[in-house]
Amino acid sequence: MKSLFAGLALTSTVLTPIAASAQTEVQFWHAFTGRLGELVAAQVDTFNASQSEYTVVQSHKGNYSETLNAGIAAFRAGEQPHILMVFEVGTATMMSAKGATKPVFEVMAESGATFDPDAYIGSVKGYYTTTDGDMLSLPFNSSTPVLWVNRDAMSAAGVDPDTDLSTWQNVGAVLDQLKAGGEECPLVTAWQSWIHLENLSAYHDVPFASQDNGFAGLDTELMLNGEGQVAHLTAMGEWAQDGKFIYTGRRNEGGANFRAGECALFTESSAGYAGIKAEAEFDFDVRPLPYWDGVGNAPQNTIIGGASLWVLEGHDAAEYKGVGEFLAYLSSTDVQAQWHQDTGYLPITSAAGDATRDAGFYEANPGTDVAVIQMTAKQPTANSKGLRLGSFDQIRGIIDEELEAIWAGDKSAQEAMDSAKERGDALLRRFESANR
Amino acid sequence: MEKRVTFKGWKLPLLLIAPQVIISAVFFFYPAGQAIWQSLFIPDPFGLSSRFVGLGNFEFLLSDPFYRASFLTTAVFSLLVTLCSMIPALFLAVIADRLIKGSGVYRTMLIWPYAVAPAVAGVLWLFMFNTRVGVVSWYLGQLGYDWNHVLNGGEAMGLVVVASAWGRISYNFLFFFAALQAVPRSVIEAAAIDGARFWRRFFTIVLPLLSPTTFFLLVVNIVYAFFETFGVIHTITAGGPQQSTTILVYKVFSDGFVGQDLGSSSAQSVILLVVVGILTVIQFKYLEKRVHY
Repeated sequence: MKSLFAGLALTSTVLTPIAASAQTEVQFWHAFTGRLGELVAAQVDTFNASQSEYTVVQSHKGNYSETLNAGIAAFRAGEQPHILMVFEVGTATMMSAKGATKPVFEVMAESGATFDPDAYIGSVKGYYTTTDGDMLSLPFNSSTPVLWVNRDAMSAAGVDPDTDLSTWQNVGAVLDQLKAGGEECPLVTAWQSWIHLENLSAYHDVPFASQDNGFAGLDTELMLNGEGQVAHLTAMGEWAQDGKFIYTGRRNEGGANFRAGECALFTESSAGYAGIKAEAEFDFDVRPLPYWDGVGNAPQNTIIGGASLWVLEGHDAAEYKGVGEFLAYLSSTDVQAQWHQDTGYLPITSAAGDATRDAGFYEANPGTDVAVIQMTAKQPTANSKGLRLGSFDQIRGIIDEELEAIWAGDKSAQEAMDSAKERGDALLRRFESANR
Repeated sequence: MEKRVTFKGWKLPLLLIAPQVIISAVFFFYPAGQAIWQSLFIPDPFGLSSRFVGLGNFEFLLSDPFYRASFLTTAVFSLLVTLCSMIPALFLAVIADRLIKGSGVYRTMLIWPYAVAPAVAGVLWLFMFNTRVGVVSWYLGQLGYDWNHVLNGGEAMGLVVVASAWGRISYNFLFFFAALQAVPRSVIEAAAIDGARFWRRFFTIVLPLLSPTTFFLLVVNIVYAFFETFGVIHTITAGGPQQSTTILVYKVFSDGFVGQDLGSSSAQSVILLVVVGILTVIQFKYLEKRVHY
């Protein structure tokens, strides 16, 4: 028996040097499939090939909600990955989970990797930093809503495709002309709550929720039933009744209609670029998201959607060093500039934006800088820094339901938004009491 | 004379029922107990802390008019799914039973849809009724009917009912078909000699003889509609438009696995467990009296 133990001890000693020289593994769970999945895999492969100390293993875990769920379930089972992609809606959930997450600024400081918080674009970084300016998660893919225009459909309906569409007043007039010109789908949208409420509020510098949209505390209440929001939704509701705005679903179902050339105008994320460019067999344009002239301080800046990378607790210091290296690599100018150009997501550092401009990309692909300008034209205010609300995935579900009531003509915009506020506030109080 | 088989001692009988007891304990009693325990807390998603709230979760739910409304939605949905899956199944079974040749082929083909998982069935039906590219919605458009289940709650309900009932027809068909084969020929022949036509024979003789099967299927189908249909709802409507297809079990799923609110989700499971328990008791107490074995 003794000799067996001795043998085992010897074997393990012999094996130790091999284990030590093996690469440290870093698990990275994300939510990308298709083209985006390939691009992420390529980024990871390049990182792995560039050095020999760490191996990043990327795994796809389903859509945004499913990935977050997988991460949470894994954490409860003690099997959590090092890096978890979490969509912006889950930010408040992650921030409240102290003890489960390791703030990015800490990871970077401990790993000694190059990290300059000021290199990141303010309106992107703001979403993921504390009020003291400490970055909690690394912005990864961020986009902002813009207006996509099918120029051929405009011409076919007898509307000048170069008509000014910068305000909703102008868009309203164009919708009338499109309808009169026989267009069956003048306007379609994706992500209705994100574009027509959350971004609408930020863009007009009116609050979406109290306490600086939730940044200043958990005791926040929704303010989406304000005058500016209700006026916009009333107009949208009328357009829906007149067949000028076509509702296709809660997610980005409308993208299929637009890419097939069936719709004239489409409000969608700037990251719709890859798909539209690949599929559209018509002449298209990217325009800034319209605003209501005379409402609030429009145009302020729009806010982001997308995801950031959270580092989870419970791993070795050596592994966190690898995490730091990988995150530094992802933020490097070349990687970011390439990502921005391939996907239509925003560059997360100013340097990546400059590099893209210097390379002549914006001139060769007109409109690809619209989102960047729209995000960065003005210094974000308390109303346009972003949203940080607990249970926000569920609240968006409630907002979707209430918006559907407006589009169907069952409720006025005011009634629907009052109801959304009441229902959403109940969830916010619940989240507050769970995280006190 | 004692006809029952009796075992000597207690070890063998215990051993024989052990698998069933263990499976029930692991897959039913343990999770149900967990759900009841968790329903008393508001935990954070990561399981780092949790706050005891007693019956607070139940109070929160039952004071929410939208949650209460989903009871009615669930009742309508379950009733429709049960009817839409049992009546066609019975009809098909009767027809297949009358066939002299080729009933095997029909039988096999009618059982096929049962092999399709609910979520997949949901996607199939969604394709057919897709407002933009769906075959059925296109034909409806040709007939002048503008199909839009994305905004029309009634149409959305119809679609999820059909998609949920479709695969279930096979299951019910199988039971009805077997039961029909067990109806004594002599009784039917006697009635035929007395001059009763087919449908007359069916309603006065066959249907009452089928009552044990019908009762069994009624209970099983209601349980199915309550618990196993969230895959269909998730893929087709996600509970919308507005709340027109948000049934209780879908809310359990979405609050727990999308909203990360495990306390409320557990409380909802407990409520659902109680509701189905009461329903089953009612069924056994009142309906079973009318069943002739």
